[in-house]
Amino acid sequence: MNKKLNIALMGNPNSGKSTLFNSITGLNQKVANFAGVTVEKKSGKRIFNSTDITVIDLPGCYSLFPSSIDEKIAVDIVSNKSNKNYPDKIIVVIDACNLKKHLFLVTQLIDLEIPIIIALNMLDLAKQQNILLDTTKIEKKLGVPVVEINAKKNKGITELLQKTIDTNVNKNHTCFTKSDYDITYNKLVKCLNDSSNNLNINSSRAKATETVRRQKFISSVLDSFYKNKPTNIYSFSDKIDNILTHKVWGYVIFGIIMFAVFQSIYSLAEYPMQWIESIFQITSNYLQNILPENSFSNLLINGVLAGLEGVVIFIPQIAFLFAFISLLEDTGYMARVSFIMDKLMRRFGLNGKSIVPLISGIACAIPAIMSARTIKSDKERLITILVTPFMSCAARLPVYALIISLIIPQSAKLWIFNVQGFALFFLYFLGLFAALSTAFILKLLLKTPSKSLFLMELPSYKIPNWKSISLTIYEKSKSFVLDAGKIIIAISIILWALSSYGPKEKMNSIENSYTQKINANQDKQESLLSEMNSKKLEASYAGIIGKSVEPIIKPLGFDWKMGIALITSFAAREVFVGTMATIYSVPDSNNNQTLRQKMASQTTPSGEKQYSLAVGFSLMIFYAFAMQCMSTLAIVYQETKSWTWPIAQFLFMGTVAYLASFITYSILS
Amino acid sequence: MQTLDQLNPGEYAVIDSIENKQVEQRLNEMGCVCGEKVCVKKIAPFGDPFSINVCGFELCLRKNEAACVRVKSIQMNGN
Repeated sequence: MNKKLNIALMGNPNSGKSTLFNSITGLNQKVANFAGVTVEKKSGKRIFNSTDITVIDLPGCYSLFPSSIDEKIAVDIVSNKSNKNYPDKIIVVIDACNLKKHLFLVTQLIDLEIPIIIALNMLDLAKQQNILLDTTKIEKKLGVPVVEINAKKNKGITELLQKTIDTNVNKNHTCFTKSDYDITYNKLVKCLNDSSNNLNINSSRAKATETVRRQKFISSVLDSFYKNKPTNIYSFSDKIDNILTHKVWGYVIFGIIMFAVFQSIYSLAEYPMQWIESIFQITSNYLQNILPENSFSNLLINGVLAGLEGVVIFIPQIAFLFAFISLLEDTGYMARVSFIMDKLMRRFGLNGKSIVPLISGIACAIPAIMSARTIKSDKERLITILVTPFMSCAARLPVYALIISLIIPQSAKLWIFNVQGFALFFLYFLGLFAALSTAFILKLLLKTPSKSLFLMELPSYKIPNWKSISLTIYEKSKSFVLDAGKIIIAISIILWALSSYGPKEKMNSIENSYTQKINANQDKQESLLSEMNSKKLEASYAGIIGKSVEPIIKPLGFDWKMGIALITSFAAREVFVGTMATIYSVPDSNNNQTLRQKMASQTTPSGEKQYSLAVGFSLMIFYAFAMQCMSTLAIVYQETKSWTWPIAQFLFMGTVAYLASFITYSILS
Repeated sequence: MQTLDQLNPGEYAVIDSIENKQVEQRLNEMGCVCGEKVCVKKIAPFGDPFSINVCGFELCLRKNEAACVRVKSIQMNGN
């Protein structure tokens, strides 16, 4: 039996903590939520020297005095012995370039009496800035083991793990003696944990006293660490910042970067998407040939396989999107965007930090809304949460991608740019526009007084860590396939059943009448068969449901088939494509066409193309604005702790969507 | 005495006192205590927020937060 060891990973934001976590655990990690709250809990495993090590990556924090929900969770885990995740040992990651800032948390952790190990990171950068450190002196002064690591280059990891296993120091104190410690720190932690967010004056004074005392201690020991005094130099980051935070170029470059991201998502993802499309077509043809024709094979091919295709096809686009977003975050560029945007965003009742949720909203509103936690002002945070779902998320991308390819030819060019890419950029821009206008209205409507602190660290630029980025891509694509995939496939199967079966008498009578016709006209067999199938779909349960909503959606240019898709999309938007695939594949004798070709060949009763420019845009604009995501509503409820906001959001977004679609359809048709 | 938001980019100063308790606590935790040397690095377009260099790292704060920090201006040569 291996020994078991639970380690918590702590550190300031930007200390390289997540990189170290990836280095230790590799692919052996899982992302879940802490019980009862929606803070992401990343944990991983590693077997080292016959010890089963479990590592939890705790949210980054500056001190054990929490000022956000994320920090509160980290603090509770390490300070509350009855917490389920209470660690055996703590690895605290510190940045060698900024010892003064990073040591504050370290001294607090030492006083907690859990064995800690310091992982001294970014020594290479420190050397570049002419900061030379004496590691053994740090060890001696603080009384805890220090290991030099390079998280990015995977150096020092084995030594770190070995020392972590070996160390057992747990009665060490920095500037507080044991008796001191009992009256100050223990009391303080208790007070912080009991009175939730409402700190009384006494505890805030105690906090201030402790902070000053620790800083004095740190200053007194710090000088002995340096072999030479660090000097401030005009760094490489400053030179880049001169351009990227420039009052003109800063915004121009941000615009160009976002535009380039959308262009490349469209053009780069096109190829793998085509491969996936053809693989599914070949598989479905193959299965059709070898399986006997019965309701089981029908379910397998037209229900399960069609639904599966609807999921897998979007992996390339989602992967590219997350690659770009984590690239922008990792390099430190996103913080610059927050910096130059803060003043502008404040006019809309938002915060410079709202940029991160808004841009992450392009991937998925759920993590985006969770990331709004770093915003410390309640009002700005609430507004950010409420408007983020307007940002076009990855789940809308499949809908846009499919419809754009139907209404705009692939070859259409505007100068050297792809018109399809332009249309996509326009839709994303529309989402941003709706988000900002709504934020502005909310700013005027909400009368909560806001006391906010902006205080944000501007990290120096870093070369992105490709390993971390590829892990993010893998993680996000996997969770899309597993989480969204489950819903999509389940709905596909239900839909297949609803569209294959209907009231018995009616279905039978259609079948009988067409069987007679086919027998009479053998040469027209194929067209009659497809006519019969579309009549059957209309008579099926799905058809009945679609028909019943048709009067409401007719002014937007939608027919009953789209009506079915709209209803199922309320589970999740990406279901739209799967629904379309299922609906159009059920009544079809011609299975050699892709979904795109099938939809393109649909005609209205008057013989015009069903997916005209007007219908296509109307449909996309409906998807751009409507709140069609149960999971987002649930997250908004969790984050705001009230049903008022998700319900208001649902109604408001629905109304905007309906009106905007109506106007679009009326103008274009 | 000046406050931090009255400095121009490139100017150095020493923190004298911090008026706002909330700002003080956060800054203190980050090592930004009284007596610490600060330098205004840059000011965002439209004059807000400020980016300062303190304890070897760069910190952004809004103009109204910077206005809580009383500073003594100092001359720096050779850096």
